[in-house]
Amino acid sequence: MNVHTGTLAAFVHRVSGILLTLFLPVHFYAIGTTLQSAAAFDALLVWTQMPLVKFGEWGIVVLLAAHLGGGLRVLALEFLPWRDWQKTLVACAAAIALAVGLVFALAL
Amino acid sequence: MTHIQRVLDPTLAYRFACRVGMCGSCAMTVNGVARWTCRTHVDKVVKNDRMEIAPLRNLPVIRDLVTDMREFFDKWAKAKGQFSGRLTKNEDFQKVKPDSLERVAVDAGIECIGCAVCYSSCDVVSWNPDYLGPAALNRAWTLVKDERDSKKIERLRAVAGDAGCHSCHTHMSCTEHCPKQISPTAGIAGLKREVSLALFRKAL
Repeated sequence: MNVHTGTLAAFVHRVSGILLTLFLPVHFYAIGTTLQSAAAFDALLVWTQMPLVKFGEWGIVVLLAAHLGGGLRVLALEFLPWRDWQKTLVACAAAIALAVGLVFALAL
Repeated sequence: MTHIQRVLDPTLAYRFACRVGMCGSCAMTVNGVARWTCRTHVDKVVKNDRMEIAPLRNLPVIRDLVTDMREFFDKWAKAKGQFSGRLTKNEDFQKVKPDSLERVAVDAGIECIGCAVCYSSCDVVSWNPDYLGPAALNRAWTLVKDERDSKKIERLRAVAGDAGCHSCHTHMSCTEHCPKQISPTAGIAGLKREVSLALFRKAL
């Protein structure tokens, strides 16, 4: 495999997508649990305050941002008239992911 | 290469013809990257005083550095890479404006020398040996945008399959390594748009 800016961007896009897919069952399980009773909902809220869970939550937001950035890059490549600024696109995608990650970490 | 063959090992098999970057016959893998060797200076690519020269990836090796290019060029034919004009020799020349959007798109991809550097660099070709590859799709794109050509729909049909333009993952290795600075990724993206539009208009 050739490693350069384009392949790295595609790799991050792919891996973030797979990890987000793996997270989905956990997400649905958590929602399902909280819908059962008020006590279960409160228990989940307490659980989400744990530092490790907070860190995981931050990771999910970064993954979402990276996947969004990667998706916007592909849309720009396929629909906009471009030739020489594909590396700028990758930089924009990385900047979106980084900015969202930092903002979310500050808000936690 | 010529030094190695003339002085060190006369049995070495490798291809070259023009030595000025026109013929596209001397592409090889140099230190892991596909390049046109006639226009590659050793001092630009040597790493720690070492240089490894290997045959192109994604193509069967015949001997030493010589690969079998048949599947590469067969895919140009599969992508309907032959020009098919509308006019006969009895009619006047068809006028094409050099600055029209269509012609500008053709010009951006027309200088391909068929060296297979893009094909050898493409990860999708490694994963799916049926994938038509960047060069054949770039050729199809230049014909789709050629207003003199009459086989647009047949060509779009040929490149719209599972092994066609929609398989491109936009890794852009073809664009990164093309010695002629062509961007097959741009052409493939254009084919995706043309195929979608034709489907939308029920032309496919």
